[in-house]
Amino acid sequence: MKFEYTITTQNFTTAGEASSNTKKTLKLLGIDSKIIRRAAIMAYEAEMNIAIHSRGGKIQLEIEAHRITIVAEDQGPGIADIDLAMKEGYSTASHEIREMGFGAGMGLPNMKRCADSFDISSTPGGKTRVVMTLNL
Amino acid sequence: MQLSDLIHHPDFDYLTPQLAVTGDIPHVRSCDLLSWVMAKGQKGEAWVTVQTHSNIVAVASLLELGCIILPESLQPDEETLQKALSSEVPLLSTSLDTYGIMQLFFQT
Repeated sequence: MKFEYTITTQNFTTAGEASSNTKKTLKLLGIDSKIIRRAAIMAYEAEMNIAIHSRGGKIQLEIEAHRITIVAEDQGPGIADIDLAMKEGYSTASHEIREMGFGAGMGLPNMKRCADSFDISSTPGGKTRVVMTLNL
Repeated sequence: MQLSDLIHHPDFDYLTPQLAVTGDIPHVRSCDLLSWVMAKGQKGEAWVTVQTHSNIVAVASLLELGCIILPESLQPDEETLQKALSSEVPLLSTSLDTYGIMQLFFQT
């Protein structure tokens, strides 16, 4: 079962809908509530990262019998230093974004903490792709 | 503290009266960083925040928080109010500051 959600850059009104739909879908399928919470956090942080930091992108959700896979892919501009981006508290978000309570530098660490597997690839100037899985 | 006690408290305005409320509030958290709440927030708890934009509802809904409390008479954006109703997230505003809210929870 596959779903795809388009995320528009800087649109904080609709941001949260992909993760909300992810949660609803998993709930309908009767997935364990602890797994749903982790998936919701992963999807939310991925969605917000795309909205805040990128030129836009998409979130793909795939549900298989033994695994949930969430893939977040954006249209750039890429991450210069992935190790630094993975550090809790580090953020490149603007002052305005921080004032809204975003940009705490916890998005990527939150995703990694909730996922059973986490892979991020990015090239400066290019796309960023995050692949996360949850075992069922 | 029961959520129903909170909405009937004289210092609180219940902004989403269309939503029926039940249940206990096991914990209260004050935080304005959304990802921090996303990482630490627990089902059923009350969340005190000065953020008034609609994304607070997304966080509260995903985590199934008990309610959102806006302190010091802050009012939500209209969009936030509508989203709270459609997402069934109880939303309150109070004249109390965060310290006053915490005192109230501590006393009960």
